[in-house]
Amino acid sequence: MSPTANKNSITLSEQSLGVIDSKSKAGSLSARALGRSGRQIRMEGLFKRTLVLMGLIMVILVFGILITLIVESVPSIKALGLKYLWGRTWDPVQDIYGAFPFLLGTLLTSFLALLISVPFSIAVAIFLGEYYPKGWFSNFLKNTVELIAAVPSVIYGFWGLAVLVPIVRSLETKIGVPPIGVGIFTSSLILAVMIIPYAASLGRSVIQMVPSPLKEGAYALGATRWEVIRSVVLPYTKSGLFAGILLSLGRALGETMAVTMVIGNTSQLPTSIFAPGNTMASVIANEFTEADKAVYLSALIELGLVLFLVTTVINMIGKRVISRFTND
Amino acid sequence: MKKNLFNSKFFTAAVMLSIFSFMGCGGGEGGGKTDSTAAASSSGDDNALIGAGSSFDNPLFSKMFSEYNKMNGLKVNYQSVGSGAGISQLTNKTVDFGASDAPMNGKQDSAVSAPVLHIPVTAGAVALSYNLAEVKDTLKLTPTILAEIFLGKITKWNDPKIVAANKGVKLPATGIVVAHRSDGSGTTNIFTTYLSKVNEDWSAKVGKGSSVNWPVGLGGKGTEGVAGMVKQTPGAIGYIELAYAIQNNMAYAKVQNKAGNFITPTIASVTAAANITIPPDSKISLTNTEAADGYPISGFSWVLIYKDQKYNSRSSDRAGKLLNLISWMIHDGQQYSSPLTYAPLSPAAVAVADAILKSATYDGKAILQ
Repeated sequence: MSPTANKNSITLSEQSLGVIDSKSKAGSLSARALGRSGRQIRMEGLFKRTLVLMGLIMVILVFGILITLIVESVPSIKALGLKYLWGRTWDPVQDIYGAFPFLLGTLLTSFLALLISVPFSIAVAIFLGEYYPKGWFSNFLKNTVELIAAVPSVIYGFWGLAVLVPIVRSLETKIGVPPIGVGIFTSSLILAVMIIPYAASLGRSVIQMVPSPLKEGAYALGATRWEVIRSVVLPYTKSGLFAGILLSLGRALGETMAVTMVIGNTSQLPTSIFAPGNTMASVIANEFTEADKAVYLSALIELGLVLFLVTTVINMIGKRVISRFTND
Repeated sequence: MKKNLFNSKFFTAAVMLSIFSFMGCGGGEGGGKTDSTAAASSSGDDNALIGAGSSFDNPLFSKMFSEYNKMNGLKVNYQSVGSGAGISQLTNKTVDFGASDAPMNGKQDSAVSAPVLHIPVTAGAVALSYNLAEVKDTLKLTPTILAEIFLGKITKWNDPKIVAANKGVKLPATGIVVAHRSDGSGTTNIFTTYLSKVNEDWSAKVGKGSSVNWPVGLGGKGTEGVAGMVKQTPGAIGYIELAYAIQNNMAYAKVQNKAGNFITPTIASVTAAANITIPPDSKISLTNTEAADGYPISGFSWVLIYKDQKYNSRSSDRAGKLLNLISWMIHDGQQYSSPLTYAPLSPAAVAVADAILKSATYDGKAILQ
C-alpha cells in the first residue's frame, strides 16, 4: 500500500519500530491494521508539530530578548568597556556608569532573603506534606501560603513603607545604628516574605510524593517521626526542595517594585546591612523614563543585560548543584 | 539518514518568523520607529492634538485642556510620561507638542532635525521640607548650608552654621537624614541647577541634571516618595514640589536668595522670580534669580514645538489650532494656575512667550498675527 497524504520521507530503519506514529510507513500500516483512519494519523502528527512549535517559540522568545538587550547595550559597552562591571560610580551627569553597587545590592538582598525564608518554606512544606496533608486546616494553610504569592508586589512595598520601616527604625535606634528604617535589611525582610510560597508549594508537592512503603519501612524499623523525615523524606526530596529554593531565589533576584520602595535608592556602596543600597531592577525602573542621553539609556539596558546574565548563571549553578548532590 | 525535526517545514517556518521579527527590532535606537507617518500628527483628525512630557505639568494641563475643550471643542490628549520621554517623542514627531521642566540639552538639540521653540507656560518652585517636630518656627537656610547638607558635610541639625542662620531657635542634636529623588525628574534638575550655581563644591563634585550621583541620602520614588520619607523620618530634609508641600501641610524652609532676603516659597514669590530679563529664546533657569523678592529655587516649565510647523504632511489648520491653544494657555489659561498652586507667568515671561509664538511659521509664513 502506498503511504497516505503524508509526504515526509520515511526510512527503512523505522520499519522495525512498532510505534503507532503517523510518520512511519510501518506505523501507518499497523495503525491501519488497528482500524485508525488517515485523519487520526494526521492529527497525531499535527499535535506533535504544534508542541514542537510552542517549544520553539519559547526558545526564540528568550534568545530574542537576549539579543535585543545585547544590541541596545552596544553604545554603553563601547563607551565604558568592561570596567562597567566593577565601577562604583553611577554618575549620569558626567556619563560615568558602574554597576557594582547595584550588583552587590541585588545579590545581598536576594541571598539574605533566601536565608531568612528557607527555614520557613521548608517548615511549611514538611508541615503540609507530612503532618497535615489533608483536612480543613491543611487547605486553609495551603491557600494562605499561596495567597502570599498572589498579592501584588506594590502592596508589599506599601506595607513595608507603612508598617515594616517604622519597626526597623525603632530596632535600629535600639542597636545604635542610624535610624533610617529603609535599607538592605528591610528589603531582605520583605523579599523573604514574598518568596516563601514558591519553595513551600513545590516542597509540599514533592514531600507528598514520597512513596509510603519507604516511610513505613522506616517506621517498622522503629524510627520516630523526626527520624523518618530526616533520613527518609528529606534525602528523597532533596532535588525537589532545592529546585523550589532556586525558584524562590530567581523571584527574589528580579523583584522590583517592593524593593524599590524600601531599599533607600542610593548609588553609594552599602556599608552595612542596615545601610541603604540599590538593586539593578530598582535602578532600571526608577531611571528609565527620564534617561535623556543615549549612553545613559544604553547603560541602563546594559544593567538589564547584567541582571539577565546573573540570573542565568545562578540558575545554571543551581542545576549543577542539584545534579551533583542527588541521584537524578 | 534519520529523519529529524530540523528537516521539517515547520522548523524552517519558525526560523523565518524569528528572522523577520529580529529585523523589525533592529531599526531605531531607543525611540522606536522614526518613520511613523501613521502618527496622528498627519492624520485627518485635526480636531484632536497630542502632547507628551512633564508629569509636573500634568494637573495644570488636565484642567487647562478640559476648559479649552468646553470653549471650542478641541480635544487635547496629554500623556504624562516625563520630560525626557516627551522630548524624544517630539524628536520622533509622534506628538504635536512636548512639555519639559528643563530646556533641551546639547545632545537632545543635536538629535532633533529642525529648530524647536521653547514656550514657557507655567512656573513652579522646589520647597525644602523638613521633619523637626520640636521646632515650631520656620527654618531659614542659606545656600551654603543647603549645599553642605546635601554634600554630607553638615550632619547634625545643631551645626553652628544652621544655628547662626536661625538665631533664637532651639535646634536639636538630631542627625540630618537627606532625602532625594531616586527617579529622574525636572524637580531634581531645578534643585541641582540651583546648587551648582551657588556652590562651587557642588558644581565640581556632583553637577546638575535630572539624575545625579547624590553623595548622601536616601532616594524616594516621585515627589510622594520623598515627601513620605521626610514625614516618616525624624530629622529628615528633602526637596519636593511646592504644590505638594502646600496641599499636604508640610513644613518647609525659607531660603536666602541672591539679594540676601530669606524668601518663603509661595506662588507670588515664584512669579516674582520670573519677573526678570528673560532671553528671547526663553531658555533660562530661574534659579538664583536676581529679583529681590523672588524665591531662588524656581523654574519654568516649557511647551516645545517645532518652529516650522510644516512637517510630516501636517495641515496649516492643525498648526493654527496648536498655536491658538498655546497662546490661550499663556494668556487666559493662566487663571487656572493659582487654584492648583502653580505660579502664573510674570508679565516679562508672557511678553517673551508671545514673541516666540509669533516666530512659528507654516510654509514660511507666520501663523499667528
